[in-house]
Amino acid sequence: MSAPPPPPADAAAATMPGTHFRTGGGTRIRELGFRLLLLSALALALLVLVVLVIDVLNDGLGSLSLDFLTETPSRIDPSSSGIAPAIMGTLWLMFVCAAFIIPVGVASAVYLEEYANRERWWNRFIEVNIQNLAAVPSIVYGILGLAFLVRGPLSLGNVVLAGGLTLGLLVLPVVIVAGREAIRAVPPSIREGSMALGATQWQTIWKQVLPGSVPGIATGTILALSRAIGETAPLILVGAVTFATTADTGLFQEFSALPIQIFGWAAEPQEAYKLLAAAAIIVLMAVLLAMNAVAIWLRNKYEKKW
Amino acid sequence: MTEPERTESERDIPAINLGGTVQEAHETTATLTRNPVFSLENVNVFYDDFKAVSDVSLDIYHNHITALIGPSGCGKSTLIRCLNRMNDLIPSARVEGNVLYHGQDIYGPEIDAVEVRKRIGMVFQKPNPFPKSIYDNVAFGPRILGMDGDMDEIVEKALRGAALWDEVKDRLGDNAFGLSGGQQQRLCIGRCLAVEPDVILMDEPCSALDPISTGKIEDLMMELKENYSIVIVTHNMQQAARVSDLTAFLIVKLDADETHRQGRLVEYDETEKIFTNPSDSRTEDYVTGKVG
Repeated sequence: MSAPPPPPADAAAATMPGTHFRTGGGTRIRELGFRLLLLSALALALLVLVVLVIDVLNDGLGSLSLDFLTETPSRIDPSSSGIAPAIMGTLWLMFVCAAFIIPVGVASAVYLEEYANRERWWNRFIEVNIQNLAAVPSIVYGILGLAFLVRGPLSLGNVVLAGGLTLGLLVLPVVIVAGREAIRAVPPSIREGSMALGATQWQTIWKQVLPGSVPGIATGTILALSRAIGETAPLILVGAVTFATTADTGLFQEFSALPIQIFGWAAEPQEAYKLLAAAAIIVLMAVLLAMNAVAIWLRNKYEKKW
Repeated sequence: MTEPERTESERDIPAINLGGTVQEAHETTATLTRNPVFSLENVNVFYDDFKAVSDVSLDIYHNHITALIGPSGCGKSTLIRCLNRMNDLIPSARVEGNVLYHGQDIYGPEIDAVEVRKRIGMVFQKPNPFPKSIYDNVAFGPRILGMDGDMDEIVEKALRGAALWDEVKDRLGDNAFGLSGGQQQRLCIGRCLAVEPDVILMDEPCSALDPISTGKIEDLMMELKENYSIVIVTHNMQQAARVSDLTAFLIVKLDADETHRQGRLVEYDETEKIFTNPSDSRTEDYVTGKVG
């Protein structure tokens, strides 16, 4: 204290409150502990996924072959069984589903974003219910499809059209929500610029807003389809078949689907069928990952347009 | 509507005093030799119950540049957006009074806002090109309006009119977002010219631009007024003084309880008079920078 006189800076620090740093190791260790806790939660989730994937790959890779993709399932001989009818059925379902959800979903999104007056209670009611629809369990849609599409008013029977529409109803809210976000992302200045040139509201939507929101709508549609492709419960209710004898199917024909095939095989007592189920899961997952990859690619590619 | 001889001879007429107050201004303008394009009569604009513009009456003349100046919140943007019914896009906005365009009330029950906007173009504060090629930006208007003629010629004429042709003629297919801010704004002006409007409204067209780009737009405005009537909202008083023939000064008026603000027209006169010898002390305070 005596020999070197304290530098003036210290004196200033002493007189100025709040300039002195508090030192203590406690905070830093608590920070670190909390971070590790969060990280382990994430690790647990990832670990489960990794174990599942490894288990499925382990079981299923052996059965994967070109024949597996082109053969029909057999009750007698697991080794000659294939998933051709399931693949064809799933393709048909996705086709019907997309043909339904794209126009209906985009039209709904355009109405809600461009025309609906939020001041009116019915528009707010519709909005809330679309969010609610997204949370309805898929089995409920299955019952709806069974009661109204397969039997009841439309009486389509347990055909591709009924299955595809049921899946479409299930994922329609996803498309509407994504479509609305995409439409909202088109800046108001573009609409103003278009209207100021004498374009009608419809011309503005059709020529400016929708082209600008195509990437977002496409991303939402792919994500919706990738949810639909894995749905099992509604398809069971609308009567998809687990053992189709032919890959030949069409709008008004009976159908199988990948998740249905997996469900059917997994329920068989013989070990060989369980391995086939694993192989079919690999195919389904590969398709799903590919679809999601396309969606992510689309989103990143067109992310910052404005 | 225009008689060129008259427009020429106008230049010889000494600066016309439009009168000191709003009421006087309105009464005297009717007797002038200038052709009014717009006649605003007691125009009020509301957003729900909030009155943004209060009791504005003024005439806007053919082949003139009319500037609307005033402090922020005085309703000058709201007022200019009345002239092509852009306020219709805001559900809560409501216009009272008469906005006569060549004697016809553009808010009349039989008038379609789309028709109004075909005749009265608008350029916005921030350049807003469409995410398309330069060519398609200009061709958009003529295409949707189904205009006849060779599209290449229409596009070239519009871009020449906007003094942008020489800069972009070799890259018409490029995306308009690749242009500089000033070029984008001139593209927006060209886009507006392509549909051959009668009036061009400019809502602070240079506020997002650098001085050089601003100078180009101002030069362009001087050229355009030979064929069009221009109304410009600007924050920049020097700009109003440089380019405009007539200037309207608006202020924000607070209610007695100071909760509601309204835009009011204080003075409307020859630009030269507004900036050198205004009739109203509030105008003088504003243009000399005492308040702002």
